[in-house]
Amino acid sequence: MKDLSSPRPKGAIVDYGLGNLFSIRRACDYAGISVTVTSSKEEILGADLVILPGVGAFGDAMATLNRLDLIGVLQDVAASGKHLVGICLGVQLLMTESSEFGRHRGLGIIEGPVVRFENPLEESRLLKVPQVQWNRIVRPEGPERKNEGWKGTPLEGVVEGEFFYFVHSFYVCPTDRSVVLSMSRYGGIEFCSSLRQGNVFACQFHPERSGPVGLKIYNNIARIVGVIKGERAA
Amino acid sequence: MNIRIIPRLDIKGPNLVKGIHFEGLRVLGKPEDFARKYYEDGADELIYMDAVASLYGRNSLLDIVERTSQEVFIPLTVGGGLRSIEDIRKALRAGADKVSLNTAAVGRPDLIREAARAFGSSTIVVSVEAIRKEDGSYEAYVDYGRQRTGLDAVEWARKAADLGAGELLVTSIDREGTGKGFDLELTRQIAEAVPVPVIAAGGAGCLSHILEVISEGRADAVCVASLLHYHYYKEHEYQDGDFATEGNTEHLRRKTSFSKIKEVPLSEIKKSLLAHGVGCRRQGHGHPEKARGL
Repeated sequence: MKDLSSPRPKGAIVDYGLGNLFSIRRACDYAGISVTVTSSKEEILGADLVILPGVGAFGDAMATLNRLDLIGVLQDVAASGKHLVGICLGVQLLMTESSEFGRHRGLGIIEGPVVRFENPLEESRLLKVPQVQWNRIVRPEGPERKNEGWKGTPLEGVVEGEFFYFVHSFYVCPTDRSVVLSMSRYGGIEFCSSLRQGNVFACQFHPERSGPVGLKIYNNIARIVGVIKGERAA
Repeated sequence: MNIRIIPRLDIKGPNLVKGIHFEGLRVLGKPEDFARKYYEDGADELIYMDAVASLYGRNSLLDIVERTSQEVFIPLTVGGGLRSIEDIRKALRAGADKVSLNTAAVGRPDLIREAARAFGSSTIVVSVEAIRKEDGSYEAYVDYGRQRTGLDAVEWARKAADLGAGELLVTSIDREGTGKGFDLELTRQIAEAVPVPVIAAGGAGCLSHILEVISEGRADAVCVASLLHYHYYKEHEYQDGDFATEGNTEHLRRKTSFSKIKEVPLSEIKKSLLAHGVGCRRQGHGHPEKARGL
């Protein structure tokens, strides 16, 4: 018999040929999310949770998603209220457009551009681009800084200022600042390091490569997806 | 920025080994045990380097990678003997996050371009292993430091970055395993020649060597081996099943010291960096007030 009180969430990692999907799969295993690595429309649409990973170039990734006919599928997932998680290049692909090697349209799920780190300077030392390092995340300042912190989000339980692993040359600039979940800083440039808009959560860092604190995010995602699946089943 | 400290584990068959100038390899134990310990201690990444390029066969590197990646959730770079796109794919599939290329990339530089296109630049690390020549320039070597190439190491590093390497691992073979300190000149020349991050390797014998290669060598990350291995090796309770009988293992029972190396745990390295104003990640040290000041 199916146990409806603790359903095991079903996840789909979108496979479009780039990036290390295996470390994401390992982190999902750890968090009790049963995942398939797939480029099949049916499997993606049938999942409770869709993870859009990615490394490499924005234009190439969009071209591949287009060739696999997955652009509309991912837009449908976002609109359906299902959980959509973007990681690294995956957060950038959600945006309206990127200026990486020319102009490219993104999935347009989150409004705003993707821009490059321009001359990140730290104490007169020009930092390397890409940023390859562990960096801190904090909640954004300003009116959008909510008092309840990260409670109820995939970052619940993460202490502000904890370190995550980043590898990227570009970052996202959401037009609606209220979707910004965390900010980070590289060579004086403050950038959005994770965001949430309704059922969409995405981060520039790699939680699956960020040790115990990163696994906490996968556990949170599993819980959030599991609870909602449980409510639907009940 | 935050400097990464990256333990490098050289692997021969099922064993973690360490030599001097990549020679005279001593067996230190099971790589998985060391990897797990370094992960728990807050290593920022790990590098597995196959000393004999035995990618396939029993107890191959890939089996060790697979076991490690199930319990270690930080970036893992795998190198040694990777010759083709298919080899790289297998390493990634076993759980590597990045691969390190040297011999095959020198033999056919376009492999770097093809690999970067197939897997993304950030997945491709090119390992530049160099020996200082009499005139002060550096020559690149391949085959785990055994074979000269005639290439100027700095020129080769620049070319590798142009072709799409996401990072460069720069090892001084002269210093490797000696504990005499990094080759600061080599590291700085390459760090200043390329736009991508440089990981300095070869020679760490004490904490001040690490500080030097960051400030004077301009390294973005520092690779350490003996320093950490010899510390853990002294603490570790070995069991007979811990290492295969092949190789030199007598020192494991006697717990011999290695004179030039002042071994330290990872936590000491990070403490020392922070005490000298060098940023680095500390595990479980989230701090809202400090973070805002950054």
